[in-house]
Amino acid sequence: MTQLRAGLLFAACAAMFSVAHAQEVTGAGASFPAPVYAKWADAYNKATGVRINYQSVGSGAGIKQIQAKTVDFGASDAPLKDDQLAKDGLVQFPTVIGGVVPVINVKGIAAGQLKLNGQVLGDIYLGKVTKWNDPAIAALNPGVQLPDAAIAVVRRADGSGTSFLFTNYLSKVNADWKAKVGEGTAVNWPTGAGGKGNEGVSAFVTRLPNSIGYVEYAYAKQNKMTYVLMKNADGAFVSPSDDAFKAAAAGAKWNESFYQVLTEQPGKASWPITGATFILMHAAQDKPAQASAALKFFDWAYTQGDKTADELDYVPLPAAVKDLVRKQWADRVKDAAGKAVSFK
Amino acid sequence: MAAILPANSIDRERGQARAKPDGRPPQRRRVAPWADTVFSLLTHGAAWLTLALLAGIIGSLLVGAAPAIKQFGLNFLITADWDPVQEKFGGLVMIYGTLMTSLIALLIAVPVSFGIALFLTELSPGWLRRPLGIAIELLAAVPSIVYGMWGLLVFGPILATYVQQPLQSLLGGVPYLGALVSGPPVGIGILSAGIILAIMIIPFIASVMRDVFEVTPAMLKESAYGLGSTTWEVVWKVVLPYTKTGVVGGVMLGLGRALGETMAVTFVIGNMNQLNSLSVFEAANSITSALANEFAEAGAGLHQASLIYLGLVLFFITFVVLAFSKVLLNKLKKNEGARS
Repeated sequence: MTQLRAGLLFAACAAMFSVAHAQEVTGAGASFPAPVYAKWADAYNKATGVRINYQSVGSGAGIKQIQAKTVDFGASDAPLKDDQLAKDGLVQFPTVIGGVVPVINVKGIAAGQLKLNGQVLGDIYLGKVTKWNDPAIAALNPGVQLPDAAIAVVRRADGSGTSFLFTNYLSKVNADWKAKVGEGTAVNWPTGAGGKGNEGVSAFVTRLPNSIGYVEYAYAKQNKMTYVLMKNADGAFVSPSDDAFKAAAAGAKWNESFYQVLTEQPGKASWPITGATFILMHAAQDKPAQASAALKFFDWAYTQGDKTADELDYVPLPAAVKDLVRKQWADRVKDAAGKAVSFK
Repeated sequence: MAAILPANSIDRERGQARAKPDGRPPQRRRVAPWADTVFSLLTHGAAWLTLALLAGIIGSLLVGAAPAIKQFGLNFLITADWDPVQEKFGGLVMIYGTLMTSLIALLIAVPVSFGIALFLTELSPGWLRRPLGIAIELLAAVPSIVYGMWGLLVFGPILATYVQQPLQSLLGGVPYLGALVSGPPVGIGILSAGIILAIMIIPFIASVMRDVFEVTPAMLKESAYGLGSTTWEVVWKVVLPYTKTGVVGGVMLGLGRALGETMAVTFVIGNMNQLNSLSVFEAANSITSALANEFAEAGAGLHQASLIYLGLVLFFITFVVLAFSKVLLNKLKKNEGARS
């Protein structure tokens, strides 16, 4: 009798465990989109009962984990090049768009008052322009009272997708930067103090007089930081906003490749330091049920999640890009038998 | 003495009766004869497990760092480049930052801790001793991130406004001296990190010093006072020689903590992987801070291997510090024996 009972209990436990297991999808990676993934996961769990477990461990770690197949999907702020994707057998697709915003703390200068271009911003971060009243800055800002004070440069100390976008932009617009520093999630910064995370940079900038730093748009907006107008590829000075990010995303050639870094995009309204954040999955799936659950979640997020993204100051993808992503899922993500993994 | 000398015959008889054995000795009950064996196995196991863990850590560090060791060799220790884009790595700035901040921390913390311990054991009025002692021990319970935030938001600006900027405007144009106080005028850098570390290790060193000062036999101290010594002479010539082993142990404990501290340092050191000058106001980086900042985003390959290499170097530094303190303690003990 006892044995029978124990057996039953064991069977029940096993059944429960396997049910719970089938309904849990795990992902890991970039910290920048983590808030919106968490919100989506929560809403999706309420709607369907499927649990999405996302660990915000950083893009680098996310890529490592998806390569090792310890998670169902990885997430990275910097897109992987197409040849690297092919080597690892991965597919990537964008989820949301965000921007990086230079912020300053100079007495007497209000948000949106100071104008900079990529050349000058690069020179400041190279340590070539060291004073706020440098002729290069003054030429862009006629009529603005610039103090005769040293510029305190602040940047990220930790490797991050934010730094990747920022350095990618500077490499595109400042030849000296490209030659001396280059682009990457962590680079050999020529000058400045490093803060840990957006909060670290923002703490430095708000505390240090005459400082300049860069943070994610959502962070700058929520903390009402003094942002800077940037000159874009078409020569117009724009302020960071959802519309400016959308304009930058619209010009990208998504139909050629999802490897798109949206910095310095054409368009009068484009914000020059824009970028999407990406999801990585294996093309050949040995666990098609898990892959299907993950794809269903992202399909749901594309259809139902735009409002949540907006509330959190991320920019949803244009509808055309979403359709391209769905097409890629159908074409590329296959199970062992070569059958497409369903996401409907 | 009186109890041994019996006063009369009755007492003597009683004494003899007591001295006689009272039957067989009481038999000890052996509850579980295997308990000793099990206990011994367990303790052996615990000891060996520690050793195995240590070997495992060294092994995995070596394996992880292998690509960087192969690529850079020992030049890693004397190269100051840290360029993840070009994949050129050298740990000199981090090693320098770690050693320099710890040195500054010790230079400040040891005299202050000595003063605290001295005051608490020799000079403090009785009613103040306990609350003050507890307050200092409580300092050790403050989480390190709190020290970091405080250093960044409160202490850094004070250091910049009242120390660094006046020094810079005073010595700015002077050759050599000007370079010694150069650096961004923001109160972030090696000096701030060293001072924050000093505050963090003071409670450790002070409480160890206080404890060892307290075990100095009162007789020795009283004798010295009786001979007309001042308090300073008593402490310097009696208490300190008697307790030097413990004092060195306490200092080493503090140094170990300073070398390994991560969170507080990363907030105030500036995380700058370049060495522009030897100024203590210059932003730099420490090994632990670099690891904490860059590990999550470091791609597989040389960047990650170099970070693990840095970890190996830190392991080696701590090992050397510990070994050095052991040698020092042994020497001190030998000298003690020779003198007495």
